[in-house]
Amino acid sequence: MDQFKMQPFTRLDGIAVSLRRDNVDTDQVIPARYLKVPRSEGLGDTLFRDLRFDQNGKARPDFPLNDPARKGASVIIARHNFGVGSSREPAVYALVDYGIRCVVATSFGDIFAGNAVNNGLVAAIVTTEDVEKLLSAVEQTGRAEVDLGEQTIKSGNYVVPFSIDPARKVRLLNGWDELDLTARYKSQIEAFAAKDRAVRPWAVPAG
Amino acid sequence: MTQPLTLFDKIWAQHEILTAENGLSLLWVDRHYIHEGSFQGFDKVDARGAKAARPDLTFAIADHYVPTAPGRVFTDASFKHVVQQLVDNTKRHGIMLMGLDDPRQGIVHVVGPEQGLTLPGLIVVCGDSHTATHGALGAIAIGIGATEVSHVMLTQTFWQKKPKRMRVTVDGKTGPGIGAKDIALSIIAKIGTNGAQGHAVEYAGRAIRALSQEGRLTLCNLAIEAGARTGMVAPDETTFAYVKGRPFAPKGAELDRAIAAWQQLPSDSDAEFDTEVSLDASQIAPVVTWGTSPEDTLPIDASVPDPAAVDDPDKAKQMQGALDYMGLTARQKLTDVRVDRVFIGSCTNARIEDLRAAAAVLSGRKAKVPGLVSAGSTVVKHQAEQEGLDKIFIAAGLTWGESGCSMCLGINGDTVPPGERCASTTNRNFRGRQGPGARTHLMSPAMVAAAAVNGHLADVRPLLQGRA
Repeated sequence: MDQFKMQPFTRLDGIAVSLRRDNVDTDQVIPARYLKVPRSEGLGDTLFRDLRFDQNGKARPDFPLNDPARKGASVIIARHNFGVGSSREPAVYALVDYGIRCVVATSFGDIFAGNAVNNGLVAAIVTTEDVEKLLSAVEQTGRAEVDLGEQTIKSGNYVVPFSIDPARKVRLLNGWDELDLTARYKSQIEAFAAKDRAVRPWAVPAG
Repeated sequence: MTQPLTLFDKIWAQHEILTAENGLSLLWVDRHYIHEGSFQGFDKVDARGAKAARPDLTFAIADHYVPTAPGRVFTDASFKHVVQQLVDNTKRHGIMLMGLDDPRQGIVHVVGPEQGLTLPGLIVVCGDSHTATHGALGAIAIGIGATEVSHVMLTQTFWQKKPKRMRVTVDGKTGPGIGAKDIALSIIAKIGTNGAQGHAVEYAGRAIRALSQEGRLTLCNLAIEAGARTGMVAPDETTFAYVKGRPFAPKGAELDRAIAAWQQLPSDSDAEFDTEVSLDASQIAPVVTWGTSPEDTLPIDASVPDPAAVDDPDKAKQMQGALDYMGLTARQKLTDVRVDRVFIGSCTNARIEDLRAAAAVLSGRKAKVPGLVSAGSTVVKHQAEQEGLDKIFIAAGLTWGESGCSMCLGINGDTVPPGERCASTTNRNFRGRQGPGARTHLMSPAMVAAAAVNGHLADVRPLLQGRA
């Protein structure tokens, strides 16, 4: 039993919040002091911990996720360069454990985007113009519909296209684990390793 | 006629096992570095009831949670627990550990090159974003997440989409007092924290070639702060001299054979890059960050920017938020910003050359604020002590600590207290990075030393006059 098995994603109609910020780094998504918490305990409470709560643990009323009308949000619309910084996969765990299934931004940190797909989280890329439309729309409607197959996000009267790496899209739609794919190539890996050992003998650690 | 190739292309081709129908390449991994934070990767491997495929190519180092105050005492049982988890996990999988009491212990990105584990032409991965550091030897070094850590443990391979190639050329000669950190932050200021997104960066040009191996490690360390997949410098005589004689490096005839192979790696003269960026080294000043992103970098003689001058209201609001968080006023001179403490350490700037640069400023002077100096490795610490650098730091009033990630991200308990301002040689000035409410200004080790001596952000150059 693999408790970390990723779930397929096809369509989602859920509560959405706007996060009008650029460069939301992974230290904001989950502060480093929570990185030692085992996944089995759930990391939803740590999501945006220091943006959501003050030093006394009191909810900051102006932080979008604290709006009572947005309780149970599953979509976040941010702006430019979301998930920049540390490679910490717990940033994705915190989002997923909180209930977020899709983050929309104009760009994502490379490692974050890789971690997202490994946990069934859709990192949807939209244009700068469309992200402004979406931010305004979800502030009005409070909801968004994400269709991964069609690569569209709808909120109110707006429907905007999003881009996502095709290989990642297929994995998300099917809930495929990379390891299942790799297992098909076991013999190629072994053949490569044997040949490489002869071609680059210096590449193994000496001593 | 063969197509001209970049350094990155050549190493990639040597490691590409296959390209799948989805366009992704399966790559062989020569070195997998692990630290305490990799426990989630182990959990995933264990959930499959499997074992590490190639423990002989996997090296574990305790760095993120180890105590770095003098005396090495755990201040919290939870930190000790995470370090012990690494001991247990590596033992179960037969992986070599350079643990808390090992004389080779240090920060993974300092230790890998220092021990001769990282070599030109390799692919190196680690569950840490600053893995790009290792690219300074002419390797492809990529930071990965926990799921990928488990994938590498199980298969010694990982999947990657081939990134675009960017060349950052820094020609000319840097002025006195300018370090690799100033070059790296100036690049980020120019292209932004996502300027190199989706790219493998090769740093080139006369100013890069002139950097020592330590300086190149600092430069590549910060590639991730420009959003790059990896950063690298072509291997040359500086690299070969650095590698020679290190414990895990090839020796004798094997080294000769390796160097012959490494000499083939630099980009062909007519190789093309998807993106080109260039800087004039002579125009690079000592820089500091003012905000909460590494791209918020300015020369030390500049002033804090004014949100009122920004057109986009959301951006202006975000800038004002950064100023509020940092406790700064628009148009305030950076040299008027007082600091509460300093930190010299981290995978960015805690190698012997960094400690020497800070000591050269602090020698015979007193720091006006407290501070911690944490060498990048225990080997660096001992070398510094042999050179008498520890005595200079202690005489200046700073604390001479132990090696680890320490106050860069504060998860070992060494944090900057809320509201305090720290001049720091580290890599990220994100909100709360050095502890909740901590205010971080990034700069070079020499500039941190200047801030310590003055009690405020300051230009190091006047302090260097009359000193080599």
